[in-house]
Amino acid sequence: MEAITKLFKSNVRQYGMIIALIVIMILFTVLTGGLLVKPINITNLILQNSYILVLAIGMVLVIITGHIDLSVGSIAAFVGAMSAIMMVDWGLPAWVAVVASLVIGGLIGAWQGFWVAYVKIPAFIVTLAGMLLFRGLTMIVLEGQSISPFPAGFTKISSGFVPNLADTATNLVAILAGIAFTVLYVFNELRARREQLKYKFDVSSSGLFIFKLVAIAVVLNLFTFMLASYAGIPNILVLLFVLILAYSFMMNKTVMGRHVYALGGNEKAAGLSGVKTKKVTFWVFVNMGVLAAVSGLIFAARLDAATPRAGTNFELDAIAACFIGGASASGGIGTVFGAIIGGLVMGVLNNGMSLIGLGIDWQQGIKGLVLLLAVAFDIYNKNKRVA
Amino acid sequence: MSEYILEMRGIVKSFPGVKALDDVNIRVRKGEIQSLCGENGAGKSTLMKVLSGVYPHGSYEGDILFEGQTCEFKDIKQSEEKGIVIIHQELALIPYLSIAENIFLGNERSKKGIIDWNETIVKTSELLKKVGLNENPNTLVGDIGVGKQQLVEIAKALSKKVKLLILDEPTAALNENDSENLLRLMLEFKREGMTCILISHKLNEVSKVSDSITILRDGHTIETLDMKADQVTEDRIISGMVGRDMTSRYPERQPNIGDVALEVRDWTVYHEHHPDRKALDNINMTIRRGEIVGIAGLMGAGRTELAMSIFGKSYGRSISGTLVKDGKEVRNNTVNQAIDNGFAYVTEDRKEYGLILMDDIKRNISLTGLRKLTKRAVVNEREEVLVAEDMRKRMNIKSPNILQKTGNLSGGNQQKVVLGKWIFAEPDILILDEPTRGIDVGAKYEIYTIIHQLAAQGKAVIVISSELPEVIGLSDRIYVMNAGKITGEVERADASQETLMKYMTNTGGVKRGSDHQTV
Repeated sequence: MEAITKLFKSNVRQYGMIIALIVIMILFTVLTGGLLVKPINITNLILQNSYILVLAIGMVLVIITGHIDLSVGSIAAFVGAMSAIMMVDWGLPAWVAVVASLVIGGLIGAWQGFWVAYVKIPAFIVTLAGMLLFRGLTMIVLEGQSISPFPAGFTKISSGFVPNLADTATNLVAILAGIAFTVLYVFNELRARREQLKYKFDVSSSGLFIFKLVAIAVVLNLFTFMLASYAGIPNILVLLFVLILAYSFMMNKTVMGRHVYALGGNEKAAGLSGVKTKKVTFWVFVNMGVLAAVSGLIFAARLDAATPRAGTNFELDAIAACFIGGASASGGIGTVFGAIIGGLVMGVLNNGMSLIGLGIDWQQGIKGLVLLLAVAFDIYNKNKRVA
Repeated sequence: MSEYILEMRGIVKSFPGVKALDDVNIRVRKGEIQSLCGENGAGKSTLMKVLSGVYPHGSYEGDILFEGQTCEFKDIKQSEEKGIVIIHQELALIPYLSIAENIFLGNERSKKGIIDWNETIVKTSELLKKVGLNENPNTLVGDIGVGKQQLVEIAKALSKKVKLLILDEPTAALNENDSENLLRLMLEFKREGMTCILISHKLNEVSKVSDSITILRDGHTIETLDMKADQVTEDRIISGMVGRDMTSRYPERQPNIGDVALEVRDWTVYHEHHPDRKALDNINMTIRRGEIVGIAGLMGAGRTELAMSIFGKSYGRSISGTLVKDGKEVRNNTVNQAIDNGFAYVTEDRKEYGLILMDDIKRNISLTGLRKLTKRAVVNEREEVLVAEDMRKRMNIKSPNILQKTGNLSGGNQQKVVLGKWIFAEPDILILDEPTRGIDVGAKYEIYTIIHQLAAQGKAVIVISSELPEVIGLSDRIYVMNAGKITGEVERADASQETLMKYMTNTGGVKRGSDHQTV
């Protein structure tokens, strides 16, 4: 028993938010009488939160560099509006409009990155200005009206599913994907562990390791099974999955990722070590702009309309997701995976509270407290380790 | 009342995993200056934190007797009420507040909650006179030099009716003049009956002012030396600190000097914040391969400014002049260019400018040379582990493994990580700025050995140091700077502290105490 407590204590920080997510899910499953984990609701959860998760990926990079971006909601709205104008009013093909939208997002990111990185205006101010500016521009280009409907092909981004292989009741693709990724994951973990042992690093005990593998395999396959019994894998999940993998890889394994962490950890030391601090900051904002555009497109496709109020408060959800997921407000610390977990915590809370019929007033208040407690928990843990 | 103002008996203080203090006993006589000596990590600062209540009563074992009374301080406020005031190594002043505001911070002269500025200013002027600082009480602390800031700290301590003043490395950031001044002040306070505890790595200062010296090693009290009774030499103190005799503080070396590696020609740099002021004025110097060149000078002489302006124009504006490396002119417009051209600059402030403290040893070592470990922008982490592990062994970095956070390492080990980082980048010209600042005697020797190895590999090494014995002990040749100019060039054979000091204070222009001072 003592060993288990000790194990739990030493891993609580690393797995703390995952444990919190599971607890919240169990809580709402009980409260909603199982409604939360119904296949249709699991699918809905993904669709509802996808645009926040995409923003959280970009936001965590911004936060790791020690900045903040308040403008992403407005950028998402503006890009959504521009895509509607291009597709609906001008009749451009969907793919041209999507590419053009991403370029617009990148340019907006470059605009903000320029002020932050080269003119050295605090990001809080630059993006606060951006928040107002792009909200205003959205209203101007839409002339205060909504534009709809989008071409059917475009809305498939958010509402479509990966086609099934054969005409079966449970979706085969989803089941197979679950199995394939389980195998890949286990294989990868085993290889990483072997390598760590070779270099004589501390690794978790083999019992815990096997437990972790089994737990993740079970959760993963349960998840894909849920999807399979509704409509299969949503297109948006594929996109999310690719983004998470790509950004995790970038942050952990590439020079760019290292430089982002170094810059956030100690800008002066990073600069004197040959990190091009201004350039890195600039590109982190460009990246944020592109991801905000992606988010705006997903949201527009989901609503099947571009509206002037789209994306309101997205930035706050994305920022909250990063901090719940363990990012540090002073920079240098945070992970893409953590931000996703944080986003899911917020998403499950939203979804669960709606299901049990809590009003928006209570939802807001509870989310606020969760954010505060999550960060307090994180800081408490850090202080304990230092002392 | 006994002759001892302070007795600490059987102090034990543990942190998770380490016993920082183990049965430490010290006694301080009333009116004396007692020094605490010991290597980094010996427990000096911890002991003083126990005394001043930073670590509250109950978190340690043992007794503290102050003026014959047992004391159980819960926080620093209670110890200050008794008259025990500590001045920490890192100055605790707020740069955007004035001298007067800083001195009475937390101790404001007020009537019914409203600050009485007149009284504050009058009291501040009195205190400033006492410490010999001729500044307006309304001057912002950020506008005066470090030496003067240290005096403000002391004035702040005096404002608290201090009986026992503890100074933790007070001269670490000061130049020789300011240090001298500070020590004189300590002796003056002693005449007025104040008791002082001095923590310092600078043994010449310790032996100059102390009445007694207590030596700590690995959390134990080793011995207390009475300066009057015993014959106490610096070597005697060192052998107590390291637990063995140091036959020589500098390793043996046979220099093997080759061709000219770097020539700096007509290097002029303007001040970063005062664009009309020259920070460096027409500097000319040469460094050969395999040579160790020292740069001596007082603080504010422009040594760091010279190094940083050469290293990718990291300091100053309107930089003019040429750099000639191996006979070819090179341009160091950015840090990256400088690194590509084979330059390395090891900063004097490893925590602020040298390390990413929240990252581990491995990531810090690989940061500059990361490109050597990458293929199409992806870092080869296996290779990185091997490189970092190899560097850890070569540099003798004391840590369980390379995944240790650099923020948790001791000063000496941090310095070795910074050096390792630059050695991994394989430069031809290394500029080391205060490479042994704030690190203990044993680690210093190791750093010197590494510097010798670098020179033996044919690299050109420039060492900037404020400690004259170090400059003399290490260098083949020494440039002396003052007020942004080179005022002398001395061969090793002719170098003595007196000659260097003469050049260091030999000014063509204005004599300034510190670079940050407003004119």
